[in-house]
Amino acid sequence: MLSFLQGFWVILKHTFRKRETVLYPEEKIYLPPRFRGRIILSRDPDGAERCVACHLCSSVCPVDCIALQAAEDETGRRYPEFFRINFSRCILCGFCEEACPTAAIQLTPDFEMAEYLRENLVYEKEDLLISGPGKYPGYNFYKVAGLAVGGKDKGDGENEETPVDVHGLLP
Amino acid sequence: MPMDMTEPTNDWVTIHIEGKPFRADKSQNLLHACLALGFDIPHFCWHPALGSMGACRLCAVKRFRDDQDTQGEIIMSCMTPVSEGLSISIHDPEAAEFRAAVIGWLMINHPHDCPVCDEGGECHLQDMTVMTGHAAREYRFKKRTHRNQDLGPFINHEMNRCIQCYRCVRFYRNIAGGRDLNVFGAHDHLYFGRHENGTLENPFSGNLVEICPTGTFTDKTQKAHNTRSWDLQTAPSVCVHCGLGCNTLPGERYGLLRRMRNRFNSDINGYFLCDRGRFGYEFVNSLRRIRTPLFRTGKESPQVSTDMNQALSSAVGILSNKDRVIGIGSPRASLEANTALRSLVGKDRFHAGFSETENRLMTLIVQIMSDGPVKTGTLKEAAMADAVLVLGEDVTVTAPRLALALRQTVFSHAVRCAERVHLPAWDDVGVREVAQDDKGHLFIATSQPTDLDDAARSCFRGTPDEIVAFGFDVHARLNKARKNQEDLAEPDGMYHSVVTAFQNARRPVVIAGLSSGSEAMIKAAANIARNLAEQGKDVRLIFCVPECNSMGLALLNGKSLESAIDAVNRNLADTVIVLENDLFRRTTSQNAEFFLQKARRVIVLDHLQTRTTAMADLVLPVSTFSEGNGTLVNNEGRAQTYYGVIAPDNSLMESFRVLNRFNGSGPDDPSTSRNRDAVLQDLAEDLPVFAPLAEPHAPLAFPVPSGKVPRQSFGYSGRTAMNAHVSVHEPRPPEDPDSLLAFSMEGFDGSAPSDLVTRFQAPGWNSVQAVFKHQTEPGGPLLEESSGRCLLFPAEENDASYFDHHDPCEISETELRPVIPLHHLFGSDELSMAAPAVASLAPAPYVALSPSDPLADCDTVFLSFNDETIKVPVKVVKDLPPRAAGIPASVPGMIPGPLPGQCRLSREGQP
Ligand code: SF4
Ligand code: SF4
Ligand code: SF4
Ligand code: SF4
Ligand code: FES
Repeated sequence: MLSFLQGFWVILKHTFRKRETVLYPEEKIYLPPRFRGRIILSRDPDGAERCVACHLCSSVCPVDCIALQAAEDETGRRYPEFFRINFSRCILCGFCEEACPTAAIQLTPDFEMAEYLRENLVYEKEDLLISGPGKYPGYNFYKVAGLAVGGKDKGDGENEETPVDVHGLLP
Repeated sequence: MPMDMTEPTNDWVTIHIEGKPFRADKSQNLLHACLALGFDIPHFCWHPALGSMGACRLCAVKRFRDDQDTQGEIIMSCMTPVSEGLSISIHDPEAAEFRAAVIGWLMINHPHDCPVCDEGGECHLQDMTVMTGHAAREYRFKKRTHRNQDLGPFINHEMNRCIQCYRCVRFYRNIAGGRDLNVFGAHDHLYFGRHENGTLENPFSGNLVEICPTGTFTDKTQKAHNTRSWDLQTAPSVCVHCGLGCNTLPGERYGLLRRMRNRFNSDINGYFLCDRGRFGYEFVNSLRRIRTPLFRTGKESPQVSTDMNQALSSAVGILSNKDRVIGIGSPRASLEANTALRSLVGKDRFHAGFSETENRLMTLIVQIMSDGPVKTGTLKEAAMADAVLVLGEDVTVTAPRLALALRQTVFSHAVRCAERVHLPAWDDVGVREVAQDDKGHLFIATSQPTDLDDAARSCFRGTPDEIVAFGFDVHARLNKARKNQEDLAEPDGMYHSVVTAFQNARRPVVIAGLSSGSEAMIKAAANIARNLAEQGKDVRLIFCVPECNSMGLALLNGKSLESAIDAVNRNLADTVIVLENDLFRRTTSQNAEFFLQKARRVIVLDHLQTRTTAMADLVLPVSTFSEGNGTLVNNEGRAQTYYGVIAPDNSLMESFRVLNRFNGSGPDDPSTSRNRDAVLQDLAEDLPVFAPLAEPHAPLAFPVPSGKVPRQSFGYSGRTAMNAHVSVHEPRPPEDPDSLLAFSMEGFDGSAPSDLVTRFQAPGWNSVQAVFKHQTEPGGPLLEESSGRCLLFPAEENDASYFDHHDPCEISETELRPVIPLHHLFGSDELSMAAPAVASLAPAPYVALSPSDPLADCDTVFLSFNDETIKVPVKVVKDLPPRAAGIPASVPGMIPGPLPGQCRLSREGQP
């Protein structure tokens, strides 16, 4: 009997508390920047595509919903020829973002992606690529990598010596 | 020093690892022994095929003097012989710290490249870094960088990634005999490369991709369509670019063949492939592929594409009158395909698709190999031989991997020298010091200088007829030497050294082949081998055959192409089925054109467009080795199975399936779905030589409790996205009724017989170094090694006798010159020439003349044979017999068709 009364009392108290439910969609809720929602591909500070098509995100994805193919431009810079995420499979676990060595793939605080057709949840690179660097404004992978690409020769990277050349070595 | 060069002594002792006793082989070094026992010791510079050098200092372990010794000392396990009572610790904290420090030092300069490095995911350096526990670069100062070199169409160079382990130069110079790769510079400015930009010259340069533990040397053809190793669909396969049947591991992604890797096999290719085999794969992706059936209504109308069902019903219509149909098989089509054709047209109307000469020579080889008494040899046996005679064959271009094996005879010889001073075989530097320039006993008799000459003790140069005479002479002198009536007239001459070497040898090898087109050459080799066998020597006879299934086709006893032409000419037949064969390579253009015009209807099954498919009334696309399964018989008579890596679809079938449907049955008819085993069983009943194929292949009887062996790795990615642009519903994996392999990530994960192993990988070992985890010991045979089934066994009892030497017919007409066929690694093989990288290295047309030739001063001459005349540049080749004309075989721009015995040359302006 006593426990019944206790229960009623708790419920009664809650009736007068501040409401957690908001009138979505008229009213939006706050989502912190690290919320794991819709996935995007970002660009580096120079505006070039960040993704270097290393396949780490696709390999770490537990539902295997990322597929891509690597390609290389004439200056030796790697980029994904296509990059596809099947959001009808994605569980928004964020593993891809953690695996990405270039900060290209990022999860954003946007979850409003519902569709009537599953097909429409298949996002291609055009749908994923945004025009800025997202959460990591300063990072530019090619500046710290050893590869020479367009606009960055051997030795021009951060903390690099001038390159050794086979001709300079001959006696 | 290659481990497979040495015979295990089986001298077992007890060593203690972490205080526990283990048995180890005394002839090995400690690293080898520990790896064989299943311990993981990080290492870079040691490799089972290279031996020890002690350059990288990564294989450090602790050694304790005795039970009292708790301090111990750090030693390099790869430089320490196994000895009784040796007590070591691998996990000792100091040793572990030392190894992590070695990696730490390497990382001072290692670039931050893994995401854009093609080695990533199968990088030995990555594995070793993880294994030693090194995690973060602590050095704050600048990184060294390097300029790269352009090393040609096969190899990409990214020198920043080098860790100075010296494996590349040791392989390239010591094993492959290359001279244009070296190490330059000193102290921390070492540079591994060429003295200047340029294509790597050695025919085995592609192995740098696998031997280099980092991404310094990577596969440039793969780079153009790169895929991570874990994303590749792989399956055991067999190389289709020559007759040796090296084992390969092709990799597929999104329907495109992405790369070719070596698949270790202790008897044949070991760790290495030739560049034709490694880079020729791109013909599969070539624009010359036939993807849809082509049909034309009459000889004059153009070919139009049609669909497969339509094409099959037209084929059934064309073939309604079975009595007038003949079939032409192919030495580059699988045994199943040739067999299916043979059953379809009947054995009397089955033509092998060899030219007359080739058919005769292949038949002779089969006869010699089955009559005995000499056994045919594997490449491993060739590498261990203590005396070798090559008769008339430039093996580097006709059976490339054999040339690499023959180079190893020099090293096996060095190992024997080192044994005398009690130096272990694995001490690479020591063994080489002992042997100095002492070569083995390799003797080469060819008409042209060869790439292997530098490894030979001496070379004989002459026309093919002179080489034949030389061969018969060696045989005669061996006979005399046997009877002690030795009169070796010129004791310094080559006869003397060949005969002496053979007299002293225990395991001699004799090699000949088809490239000179001479029957007598093969007979001479057979005589010598037989002679040695009768002296009780463990002799081997190796024949180089031109194509991947030449031997299988020869065993089917077909008639030659010429007899097919004759049959059509005499109106005995009017409908022809050509199976994966370009007739213009086998006979003169005139003959081929006449034949294809004269036959009322011509059906061609092929995967590449050729001049033959262009003249066909019905062309049916068929799969290559990468899209279907099949059997190839290599030069030893070993039947090996290849499994496709590209999932089959309805429009592209294996030839034997297409042929099965020519009898009018629908796709669901049981006779149509007859699988490979049924085809081979019928064959085994028909021809006794194929009896070993009657039983389903051992692996097919192999129990697979958890499903078939997956072609995809457990890390295969993108499964739910790769087809999502077509349909969001993931398709079920395609069936493969013909094999125990599945196009799936799931299935059997235990240890499968070696010819069902789809990838080499082990926990902690993701690079190609993981092969040792699949071997009985590093460098030894694979676990459950079952590489194919042998079809040819020399008869126990044999009454065959020696061949006689008939003097060659003299060339009467003086303007006619003897032709020396010159084969090219890149250029003479049909399929690899459809791979752009290989084609880019093919030679331009030329004719080779000796310096003494009166025409040698011309820039160009007119060359005529096969009723055609072309103008070609002259190339002067030292050592070519005077008056002979060296003609590149099957090189684009030359007169097509087989090379004749003689040709005509004339100066410009003269008729
Ligand atoms: S992990 Fe990053 S860089 Fe690599 S493929 Fe994915 S998005 Fe591109
Ligand atoms: S060589 Fe290995 S460790 Fe170095 S960048 Fe390439 S994958 Fe990474
Ligand atoms: S290039 Fe590769 S094999 Fe050669 S020394 Fe460097 S890391 Fe070793
Ligand atoms: S030697 Fe012959 S079989 Fe071996 S890889 Fe080269 S072409 Fe292929
Ligand atoms: S493996 Fe022993 S020093 Fe390199």
